[in-house]
Amino acid sequence: MSLLALLDEGPRYGLQLKQQFDARTGDIWPLNVGQVYTTLARLERDGMVAASGDGTQRTYRITDRGRAQLTAWFEQPERDTTPARDELVLKLILAAARDPDRLAAVIRSERKAAVETLQEYTRLKRDPADATDLGWLLLLDSLIFKAESRIRWLDAARTRMSHQPVPSGAGADSAPSTPTDTSPGAAMAGHEPARQDTP
Amino acid sequence: MTPRLELRNVTRVHGEGHTEVVSLSDVSLTLAPGELLAVMGPSGSGKSTLLALAGGLDQPTSGTVLVDGTDLATMTVAQRAALRRHDIGYVFQQYNLIDGLTAAENVALPLELDGAGRRAATTAAVAALASVGLADAADRFPPQLSGGEQQRIAVARAVVGTRSLLLADEPTGALDSVTGEQTLRLLRSHCDDGGSAVLATHDARFAAWADRILFLEDGLLVDATSGPDISALGEVTS
Repeated sequence: MSLLALLDEGPRYGLQLKQQFDARTGDIWPLNVGQVYTTLARLERDGMVAASGDGTQRTYRITDRGRAQLTAWFEQPERDTTPARDELVLKLILAAARDPDRLAAVIRSERKAAVETLQEYTRLKRDPADATDLGWLLLLDSLIFKAESRIRWLDAARTRMSHQPVPSGAGADSAPSTPTDTSPGAAMAGHEPARQDTP
Repeated sequence: MTPRLELRNVTRVHGEGHTEVVSLSDVSLTLAPGELLAVMGPSGSGKSTLLALAGGLDQPTSGTVLVDGTDLATMTVAQRAALRRHDIGYVFQQYNLIDGLTAAENVALPLELDGAGRRAATTAAVAALASVGLADAADRFPPQLSGGEQQRIAVARAVVGTRSLLLADEPTGALDSVTGEQTLRLLRSHCDDGGSAVLATHDARFAAWADRILFLEDGLLVDATSGPDISALGEVTS
């Protein structure tokens, strides 16, 4: 559908579509040329685009049918009915079944990693050359809000954990409890944060 | 290079006996010239206490606070007040502007209190307002301006004159996300121009503008992002 939106701005070659898609999305979801031509072939088969010329010089333009489909896409809200599996959520669920110190350490190291990711996205915002590119700023905001929601969820998890009643049998069959080590070294030991390198 | 600000094993205890509260516990940090440092933590974690100690508004129960290498405890009350007027600017969540003074008069006020002539103070105030993009608002009164504009005036007042250490306590608290971002851009450019700032916030989105982020929980520094390694600058790499 993104390709139809680009073609609605004017006719393009396949390679031009790939380059423009990558430029608009800051190479965050890079397309390979093969994907572009496969999609164009499908769109052509379905009557959404029409092509003229040969080989790499084939020019694609949007048809009335494609334009109607594009309008419907813009008007139809995206519904997240089947949330993708989230490694971080799984990690916390499984850590919660172990001892509280482990869970606290996981939360702390994940939060630090998420804040560092947030810093990286925010650094991208600083380039004044990009300050007028609305699409790029919207994309960065989306990544920033996603990272932020992750941090807020981790903070809420920490709060929820500290309000959780201690099970009545706790301590009976385990080693004596020790104060939580709050040093950064202890927080980081043995935990690899679930990074979101490819959003 | 002398840090602009340094806290060495700083503890601040409020109250005593059964009402004793440890607001800050054995906190050490350094702030380099040009650095924007964020302190993150929930309310009550000790962020405001840390800023008050850093600005000499409060004294630690134990430990040392140094501004530009000088131990604040060795200074007289008058010397500390002079240091605050010359070198340290504050930005608060509620702006703390005086409604009956124009934007330029608000910004000029700390300079005039410091003995500057009215004309020199006004010239510096107008320049500071221009640096936050509000040159046109010099003659307007705070109630005539939006929350974002008032906060920019507060930033101008904090940086006016020679003050290069900015202490900002939840400066984006009352602002929407885009206006809050403008305030962070101002703090950022203040630091990119060689100033330094400590930002206390509970909001990760704003903390992310900093070079380094420290995490406070119940008065304890529990973690920090790595940030650019300023100490390694100038070192020979093998």
